[in-house]
Parts: sequence; structure tokens; C-alpha cells
Amino acid sequence: MPAEALTTSGGLLLPLAVLLPFVGVMAGLVLGGCNAQRVAMLTIAAGLAVAIAIATTMLRSGGTLTYLLGGWAPPLGIALRADGLSMVMMVAVAVVIAGIGVYARSDFGTPRDVPEARAPMVYWLLLLAVWGSLNLVFVSGDLFTLYVALELLTFAGVPLVCLDGKGETLRAALRYLVYALGGSILYLLGAVLLYGECGTLDIALLAQRLRPSPVAWVAVALMTTGLLAKTALFPLHLWLPPAHAGAPPAASAVLSALVVKGSFFIVIRLWFDAAPSLPGLAAAQLLAGLGATAILFGSVIALRQDRLKLLIAYSTLAQIGYLFLMFPLAFDAGTGEFVRGGALMGGTLQAIAHATAKAAMFMAAGLIYKAYGHDRIADLAGAARSVPLSVLAFAVGGVALMGVLPSGAYLAKKLLLQAADSGGQWWWEWVLQAGGFLTTSYVVLVIAHAFRSPGQEAPPRASVPRLQELAALTLALCSLALALAAVVGPVPGELLGNPLAPKEMAWTLITVAGGSVLALALARHLPELPAALLAVANPARRAMLAVGGGLERIDRVLRQWSVAGLSLLVLALMFGVAMRAHG
Amino acid sequence: MSGPTLFGLVACALVGVGLYGLIVNPQPLRKILAFNVVGSGVFLLFGVIARRGAAAGMGGDPVPQALLITGIVVAFSATALAITVLLRLFDETGSTTLAPEAPSPSANTGTSQG
Repeated sequence: MPAEALTTSGGLLLPLAVLLPFVGVMAGLVLGGCNAQRVAMLTIAAGLAVAIAIATTMLRSGGTLTYLLGGWAPPLGIALRADGLSMVMMVAVAVVIAGIGVYARSDFGTPRDVPEARAPMVYWLLLLAVWGSLNLVFVSGDLFTLYVALELLTFAGVPLVCLDGKGETLRAALRYLVYALGGSILYLLGAVLLYGECGTLDIALLAQRLRPSPVAWVAVALMTTGLLAKTALFPLHLWLPPAHAGAPPAASAVLSALVVKGSFFIVIRLWFDAAPSLPGLAAAQLLAGLGATAILFGSVIALRQDRLKLLIAYSTLAQIGYLFLMFPLAFDAGTGEFVRGGALMGGTLQAIAHATAKAAMFMAAGLIYKAYGHDRIADLAGAARSVPLSVLAFAVGGVALMGVLPSGAYLAKKLLLQAADSGGQWWWEWVLQAGGFLTTSYVVLVIAHAFRSPGQEAPPRASVPRLQELAALTLALCSLALALAAVVGPVPGELLGNPLAPKEMAWTLITVAGGSVLALALARHLPELPAALLAVANPARRAMLAVGGGLERIDRVLRQWSVAGLSLLVLALMFGVAMRAHG
Repeated sequence: MSGPTLFGLVACALVGVGLYGLIVNPQPLRKILAFNVVGSGVFLLFGVIARRGAAAGMGGDPVPQALLITGIVVAFSATALAITVLLRLFDETGSTTLAPEAPSPSANTGTSQG
């Protein structure tokens, strides 16, 4: 393949995108103190410019970028490649990192009277390290470089969890690290087996050489399961809620919006690029089935949380499930392969919409915590009046995830619905719509609490910086603005309906009403409601609360270490069997 | 039994023992050690694959050896990071259990104070 085996013009941008953040880490470490923040800010500006340069180069040439490290071609050398998928992810990550960076300046500024503070310094370095690792994930051309990138991402993400150094967060970080190590060693085992089978780990070469065989099934099943453990797809999520909810908000935003997307992206690389003909439809249905279960469990348990940050963490669990719904929809029964098309576009768009919206929601939750000194959902009355911009950022982020008004998630849902319709997989249409209702339910619940009139409850204790509120709001608006992908981007424009048209209005109303009913039935803490409404709701509510309690108990069992460890092995086995059925 | 087969079987046994330990042992330190046992199994397997895939007259395929060194460095860093967090956890709480947030009332009071 002569075309593949050369560094393309502009290929140098790829190692630059990876190295720049790591150079920032080194420089920040050497210069130390409050310089770490300055270095981070400079690096963010430069990195954003590199991401935009990559995007414009690729759009102008209309192809992929390749860079051969040291001029050695695969299989002996290592190639960095960027396709359209890598490009959009790199730009999205750069934008989210910039937003989080602006937000974190107030939380992690080094105080003037000390030369160096530990948490701010470490935060800025880790933020850059996460970014560099993610860029490496996006441009890696072989499965072993992906392994290294994945590990770097974990090493950068784990300390973010325990920045405050308290026992509870240290425990969450250690759980995260040890479970992620279990996942990564399964991935490495699979990669080793693939090398033994094909003599290469280069993704382009693997796609040509890989044939169905027991070794290949075992390898891909192990790698997939390992990646799912790192992505925290249900039921491999034992580490996610405490880790994402316990970290400082600026770190939670990084973890929830970006870090889990790294391993998700590698699943796409593995299933769509390295081994498109291997997994087959049964394994994809299993993957999406786990996703559907994640949506149900994540959303229902989110409704039962006392604290806003835990609610958002469980919402992440549900949204991760949503990302995996695209796999069976991208399967082409004619060729027996996973093809890049509307479904993959929808899944990617959903990932980016979630990255921007979830970062905004965690940032808004952090501001509400800062203002009130707590984030108990039941005591948020009056928040809409005292911290209006933060509540607005949360609401816009939530609306962007619901998929009703034109937004990234809206287009993603339309694309996935279209793919499900044309593939005759009607059951995923139901799951997609139900997912929209469930997302709406917990967003409506929080907004309803925030809009209650305060009564005798304590007013906010502190004011919040306007810049932080604007950073959160901007990211939330970015998630809405992804709808522009249908106007200027590759998404078909006819998917974008006029939000004021009767049909769209009706659907928006139905979603909000359905979500409110779900919140009314399942939420643990309801705002005060008219007595007549409660009299109607209460009998049904008692039964639904029992259902919610049951799901919560199952979740608690699944999050025990031994059960989660066994789930890892059982899932690997199930994927292997499903792939065997296909091959 | 040929050398590569024997080493391959040993690698399988190491992976099996390590996975058992990773799942069953409640102590984080033992889990970290178990992770290293699985890692050794995987690295040994990679060595066997390098030997088996070698061209005639060569001792081994060089690519897996290069990857293996990197893998060992990564596993070493992972272990170092995990041990650091573990020591910090012990300093902070006096115990090293990974049990999930069992005493939720105390966790609630913790957040209301903080």
C-alpha cells in the first residue's frame, strides 16, 4: 500500500498535537508554582490552534493525515493516522479543555502568598496530560500505541479523582485504578494474541490480515471487555460513581466528559477499523443491550440520589450506555461488516454532545455547591434566583442531552433512529426514545427543585465568579450549537426540523411531559406539589419507588468487587461466544 | 513437550492465578500483586510468540521484544502509582480496605462539614 506507507503533507501536525501538551507538562513541572497555570494556559491556546490547523488541513485535502515515526513504515514502524473521526474528536476535546481551563482558573489558581500549592500545580499538569493522552488515542495507528495511550490516560485521570487528598476520594481513586488495570491487562492480552495471529498490530494491516479464528475471537472479546471496564459500561461501572462524584468539579468535568471517551474511541477503532468483519451482529446486540441496561439503571438511580454530583455521575453512566447503541445499527448485513455511515456519525455526535454538555453540568453543579456549601438536591430551593446563570448552564446542558430541541444529541438521535429504521431494528428505536424520556426526567427534577421559592431555607453563603458561570454556559451552548453540523457539516440537513413546527413542538412537549411523569414516579425527593396531584400520583409512586429501590439494590450488588470482577470474565466469555456464532 | 508450548502453558497458568487473585482477594495490595502476576503471564506469552514467530536462524522476532519492554515499563509505573495511592490511603484513614462507601451517614456528615 504505497499511499498508506508515506507521511502525508501536514502529517507533522499529528505528533505536534500529541507532544505539545506533554511539553507543557514538563515545562510546568520544571517552572513550578503559579507558572504551571500560565504554561497550561499557553499550551491550551497553542493546542487549540494545532487542532484547528489539523481540521483545516484535512478539510482542504479531503483525506486522512499520516505520519510515520522515524520514517519507518508498518509493520516494523509506527504510523500515526488521523481520519475524519479523529479530527472531530480532537477539535471537540480541545474546545472542552479550553472551557474547563477557563473555569478552573478560579478554583485552582495558586494563592498569592504561597510560592506553590500542591493541588493547583498537579491539576494543571494532569489536565494537559489527559489532553495529550487523548490526542494520542485519536491518532494512534496501531493497537499497542493505543494501549500505551490508554494507560497514560488512566494514570492522568486517577490522581484527578483524589486531588483533595481525603480518605474517601483516595479510596475511589484506588478502586478506579485497580479495576482499570484489570481492564487494561485484558486488553493487552488480547493485543498479544492478535500479534501472534497476524504478526502485526497496525490497524490498517490487521484489517487486511485478520480472519475469523478462535484466537481472533478470544482476542477481540478480551480487548472489548477490557475497554468496557475502562469506559464503565454497565455492569462494569463499580468505580465510576464515587470517582466522578468525589472529585473537584473542574476534575469531574474532565473525567466524565473526556476520559471515558478515550476507551470508547478505541472500541470504535477496534470494531470498525481493525476487525470490521469479526464481531458480527450478535456481539453488537449484546453490546447495545448492555447500553440499554445502563440507560435504565443509570437514569433510575440518578433520580434516587440525594446529591447533585452523584446524580450527574449516574447520568454519565446512562449516557455511556447511549453511546453503545450505535453498534448494531452500524452493522451491514450484506457484507457482514461494521460500516462507517449514519450510525457511526450519530454515535460520534452523541459522544461530543455528551462531552460538552456533561462538562457544563458538572461545572454548574460545582458552582451551586460553592454558592450553597452543599449540593443536596432537596435543599436547592431558590437556586434559580440566587445563581441564575449556573442553573441556566445546567438546564441548557440537560436540554442539549434530552435530544428535543435542535442540538448535537437531537441530530445523533435522528441519525440513529434513521439507521434503526432502515435496518429494521425497531426495538432500538424504542430504547432511543425511552432514553430521551429518562434523560428528561432527572433534568426536570433538578430544575424543578431549583425553581422552587426559597421559603425559610438558608440563602446562598457565597457568590460565584461570573467568568466560571459563563464558561459552563458556553460549553452547554456548544452542545446545542452542534446542531450546526447539519447546516455546515456532513450530517444531512433535512434531519434538522424547525423546532416551532407543530410536530416538533408536540414531540418536545411529549418528551417533557413523559420525563416529568417518570420523575414524579421515581424520584426520591420531590418538590412540594399540589395535594390533588399527589393523591393521584401516590399509589403508583409507591410501586415505582419499590422498583427503583430494587434496581438500586441490584446496582449495589453489581458494584461489589468480586461481582464486578466476575462480570468482567463472564462478559468476555459472552462476547467470545457471540463472535463464534457469527464466524 | 516443546519449549514454547511449556512456556505458553505456564503463561496461561499465571494469567489464571492472577485473575483469580484480582477478583477474590479483598486486600488492595494483593490485588496489585495479582495484577503483576497476570502481567507476567501476558509478557511471558508475548515472549513465546516472539520465539515462535522468529525467522529461520534468528533467536526471536524483535518487534514483540520492543513492545514487551514498553509493556513492562507501563506495568511498573502502574504498580508504582497504585502503591503510592495505597500508602496515602493508609496514612489518611489508617486502613486499606476498598469496601464501597458503606457508612453513608458518616459520608453525608462529611460533605455537610466540607
